[in-house]
Amino acid sequence: MSSALLSVENAVVDLPTPRGNLRAVDHVDLAVGAGRTLGIVGESGCGKTMLSRAILQLLPKKAKLSGRVMFDGQDLTRLPAEKLRKLRGRSLAVVFQDPMTSLNPVLTIGTQLIETIQEHLELDLAQARQRSIELLAAVGIPAPEQRLAQYPHQLSGGMRQRVAIAVALSCEPQLLIADEPTTALDVTIQAQILDLLAREQQRRHMAMIIITHDLGVVAGRTDEVAVMYAGRVVERAPTPALFKQMRMPYTEALLAALPKLDVAPHTPLPAISGRPPDPTRPLKGCSFSPRCRYSAERCGTEKPQLSTAETPEHLYACFHPIAARVGA
Amino acid sequence: MMLQAAPNPLMKVENLVVEYSVGGKTIHAVSDVSLEIARGETLGLVGESGCGKSTLGRAVLQLRQAVSGKVLFDGHDLTTLKGEALRQMRRRVQLIFQDPIASLNPRRRIGDIVAEPLVIAGVKDPEERKRRVTEVLSAVGLDPALVSGRLPHEFSGGQCQRICIARSLVLNPEFVICDEPVSALDVSIRAQILNLLEEMKARYGLTLLFIAHDLAVVKAVSDRVAVMYLGRLCEVGPSEQLFARPAHPYTALLIEAIPVPDPDVRPTQSVPVGEPPSPIAPPSGCRFRTRCPRADARCASEVPELRVVAPGQFAACHHPLV
Ligand SMILES: Nc1ncnc2c1ncn2[C@@H]1O[C@H](COP(=O)(O)OP(=O)(O)OP(=O)(O)O)[C@@H](O)[C@H]1O
Ligand SMILES: Nc1ncnc2c1ncn2[C@@H]1O[C@H](COP(=O)(O)OP(=O)(O)O)[C@@H](O)[C@H]1O
Ligand code: SF4
Ligand code: SF4
Ligand SMILES: [Mg+2]
Ligand SMILES: [Mg+2]
Repeated sequence: MSSALLSVENAVVDLPTPRGNLRAVDHVDLAVGAGRTLGIVGESGCGKTMLSRAILQLLPKKAKLSGRVMFDGQDLTRLPAEKLRKLRGRSLAVVFQDPMTSLNPVLTIGTQLIETIQEHLELDLAQARQRSIELLAAVGIPAPEQRLAQYPHQLSGGMRQRVAIAVALSCEPQLLIADEPTTALDVTIQAQILDLLAREQQRRHMAMIIITHDLGVVAGRTDEVAVMYAGRVVERAPTPALFKQMRMPYTEALLAALPKLDVAPHTPLPAISGRPPDPTRPLKGCSFSPRCRYSAERCGTEKPQLSTAETPEHLYACFHPIAARVGA
Repeated sequence: MMLQAAPNPLMKVENLVVEYSVGGKTIHAVSDVSLEIARGETLGLVGESGCGKSTLGRAVLQLRQAVSGKVLFDGHDLTTLKGEALRQMRRRVQLIFQDPIASLNPRRRIGDIVAEPLVIAGVKDPEERKRRVTEVLSAVGLDPALVSGRLPHEFSGGQCQRICIARSLVLNPEFVICDEPVSALDVSIRAQILNLLEEMKARYGLTLLFIAHDLAVVKAVSDRVAVMYLGRLCEVGPSEQLFARPAHPYTALLIEAIPVPDPDVRPTQSVPVGEPPSPIAPPSGCRFRTRCPRADARCASEVPELRVVAPGQFAACHHPLV
């Protein structure tokens, strides 16, 4: 933990809403080291985006964050706005689900890249321009010189996401957070974008966080995975251990619900019944208990805490973890 | 063409061409597509965004006029039917949209939304309408007493899709086009809705055209699958066979690109195949040739026809994989 580039310690995000307080992130601990990739997986609304915004210090104004976000030895929650702004873009970069959130629609691709580069690195216009062309080529954009003069709306969704990645990588960040970078894209484009991210991550020895709702996306491309449910991390493990010795009934259910190519057509899918609890009405016991097929009495009255399985790197929050039951 | 699914298909699309014209330019959205769907069958239709899947669905329903081609439903050509005759036929064919929330009128109550097709079809008796609405709402797993008086914004995406499915079933249709019914939904809710569609199909004896861009989703519910690329059909075949032995290089690419939830399966570094070209100026010959690893000179000059590659399996390729 101590060697991690980023560590999130006991992070809580509260949002006031007309229905009352909404706890979007509930006591989350995470860490990721240089050159490593962490996957964060969970259903929509489970708090993935709020967590990444908490790391970046980009929460909505009304949100309240407590806990620490240690990045490269400093606590980002205590950094003055000016320092944070410098850090984002330079050392900390982000790619969002909708590339239009990262890109400015009224500026050309060239202007956006060159301005970002010049804001953070000491390069003159010609150098920054040259650097932009190299970056666009690196992310697989054909005819990069011509693209500099184009606007985001003149590109396809896949191209825009490539440009957003180029902008994010332009200042050699130490940490890249990709929040559902491929959810809006087709499978063939998704594979290309994920390859691109993996390649750049290795080449630059960056730390990377990939956020997704698809366990398939994290399986072959991360070192560690954190599964979130209702604002909390409910299971965390090195990727191979998560898939081979999953302990959390929720992780198991999420994986089982995915349609698979090696299953015959018309086989009923093991769906998870119901849906996640209303985040403004937190449950007393385990948040997954109304949908959990293993739920027992204690699950409804007491909250399971994250604790370790047989290895210290594998954590889960469940009273009746899977392997234990298989053995019994 | 040799695309016989059954001696007497419920739906038969012949050489359908649909175009849009934008700023003086023609978008070739659907080019010369032929399909057959047997009674009781589910045909899956896959392809990347913009390849013409929704356009094909809309043209089948006569919501968009075709430039040429026929749409034979139970032997009647829908493209030539007009007025009352078309309306009678349309009752038997329904559509479920991609975005469940956007396809429900935000100011109307669920009971009225589901009853609307009955009103349009001229079912005058309010008791009869109420009976039908109650029946379909219960069938899709909603409590009619609880949901009828509420507004769409009070429901989640998955529940809105249940409401849309109920609305599509209220007229007792025979054929339902499902246009990406689960694309906007989360993994866990997606499985619930796919199971529901299968149940409804069995219960009401439906024939389905199931459109999606996710191959694994399509395989889960389809008897046969048709793969579309830039307005044209690439391959059609029985689901299992098509996934086990794809004949068209594009089908193979789509299968390879699916992320597998197994850490031992390292994703194959995908071929840098780029993106689909513009449907305004599709490539000559085979439309896939600009991204195809097997393309040669013939592919640029000659449009490949759908040909039999295995029993029941057809591919439009000069150099098929099987
Ligand atoms: N009303 C319209 N006017 C002009 N062009 C259109 C219109 N609707 C669709 N198109 C174009 O026709 C082509 C086919 O579109 P269509 O919506 O059928 O694709 P799709 O396969 O359903 O895509 P998606 O997976 O994104 O839903 C695209 O190039 C699209 O931009
Ligand atoms: N700006 C906001 N104001 C109030 N609540 C919000 C806001 N953004 C997100 N939420 C709520 O916070 C919770 C977590 O959301 P989010 O982090 O976006 O989830 P995810 O990214 O996992 O889909 C959800 O209940 C969501 O409705
Ligand atoms: S604590 Fe109980 S309800 Fe929660 S996941 Fe474990 S078994 Fe299920
Ligand atoms: S016809 Fe040629 S370009 Fe088209 S898919 Fe076959 S090999 Fe590839
Ligand atoms: Mg999100
Ligand atoms: Mg569509």
